Amino acid sequence: MHELPVALSVNGRDYRDQVEPRVTLADFLRENCGLTGTHLGCEHGACGACTVLLDGQAVRSCLVFAVQVDGQEVTTVEGIAGSDGELSPVQSALKECHGLQCGFCTPGFVTSITALLRDNPSPTDEEIREGLSGNFCRCTGYQGIVNAVHRVCEAGSNDAEPTRRACSNL
Amino acid sequence: MKPAPFAYHRPATVTEAVAMLGEYGEDAKVLAGGQSLVPMLAMRLTHFDNLIDISRIPELNDIALQGNEVRIGAATPHAMVGLDDEVAESVPLLTLATPHIGHFQIRSRGTLGGAIAHADPAAEYAAVALALDATIEATSARGTREIPATEFFTGLWETSLAYDEILTAVRFPVAAGRSGFGIAEFARRHGDFAIAGGVVGIELDEDDRITRCGIGLLGLGSTPLRAAPAEAAVLGTPIGGITADEIGQLAMSGLTDIPSDLQGSASYRARVGAAMVSRAWTQAITHVTEEALHA
Repeated sequence: MHELPVALSVNGRDYRDQVEPRVTLADFLRENCGLTGTHLGCEHGACGACTVLLDGQAVRSCLVFAVQVDGQEVTTVEGIAGSDGELSPVQSALKECHGLQCGFCTPGFVTSITALLRDNPSPTDEEIREGLSGNFCRCTGYQGIVNAVHRVCEAGSNDAEPTRRACSNL
Repeated sequence: MKPAPFAYHRPATVTEAVAMLGEYGEDAKVLAGGQSLVPMLAMRLTHFDNLIDISRIPELNDIALQGNEVRIGAATPHAMVGLDDEVAESVPLLTLATPHIGHFQIRSRGTLGGAIAHADPAAEYAAVALALDATIEATSARGTREIPATEFFTGLWETSLAYDEILTAVRFPVAAGRSGFGIAEFARRHGDFAIAGGVVGIELDEDDRITRCGIGLLGLGSTPLRAAPAEAAVLGTPIGGITADEIGQLAMSGLTDIPSDLQGSASYRARVGAAMVSRAWTQAITHVTEEALHA
């Protein structure tokens, strides 16, 4: 099948390429943009590892074809930390609350939690669990991840150094 | 897990889209949010030579109150439906149903029209469309026709849409008078396809008699279904005249095609289905009673 042009803004940088229509946004990010932070687990929308922000909305990048989002803006896990490499509050909290072990699922959790807390800065425990239900983690048992979200909320998103308390209390 | 090759088309208008669909015929499939179609393509359960992407056609992404109906464009994402104030006011059952659909990342992209056209037996919006007697608009190069929701679902993932028709909008009646709504479903993990579930919409007269009752069933047949025997049994009776347990049991009567699979046997699904309809019924009754208190 002949290729089509795709132009995307990813983490504020413009990328252009020609791709087959069947190339997913996830594969485009990994193979054409060289941004391998977006991970592919199941490739059919179940695991959530490939979650990215598309025009600000959290989506499964394995369920979107790159040609569909021509001209749109994407934020991947590479675009979440500060330009100097400083971890975002969500990333710091995951690190401090043992919210990751092998790290495979982490990019999907980071992008999902970032979108979740932007739209609902003080979720209840139930809302956090519902919000995380679309992402699989096979290492942590999820508790550290849930604790990390509580910790970000407790610290307030502007506080780069959340207190130790949130992790140990939950 | 990569889809087989296909040609991609992104028409700018519905007129262009239906012309393409007419041209490519059975070799084409409409792509909207892609949250069901893309996994099926990736797993190679299905294949089409041409995908016609309607997700970026502005006229299909719109919610409007028109007389006594709310018209929702087919490509309106679940997330938009769930957050819309007009929908919450006029078709509250859609607002109640939205959080049950997939996960929030799926709802960013999945569309109301796509969910109904895909016609999965466990699709929440399909059950809501049935329970509320919604009207489905189908457009082809020949024009637009209206299909009552009750005549739309014909088999597993099959509908009465012709090969050259696009589902362009769904019109839901505005909740009238004293009405109450509820939804309950059971899934092993929140957001998974429901093993069984029910949606309920009722209207009462001043004497607390049921003047309208729509009960939609999820996961209990090869299509989304309506529980006609249960609806008939309560029509004209006072709300206290039947218990929630009884309505749940009645809703399961006459079901002949309940799926049996690794997730659950048919008899298990029927038990879960009865419990879910019973819960949805209780929610609807509570809802209508609370409205009365606030009136």
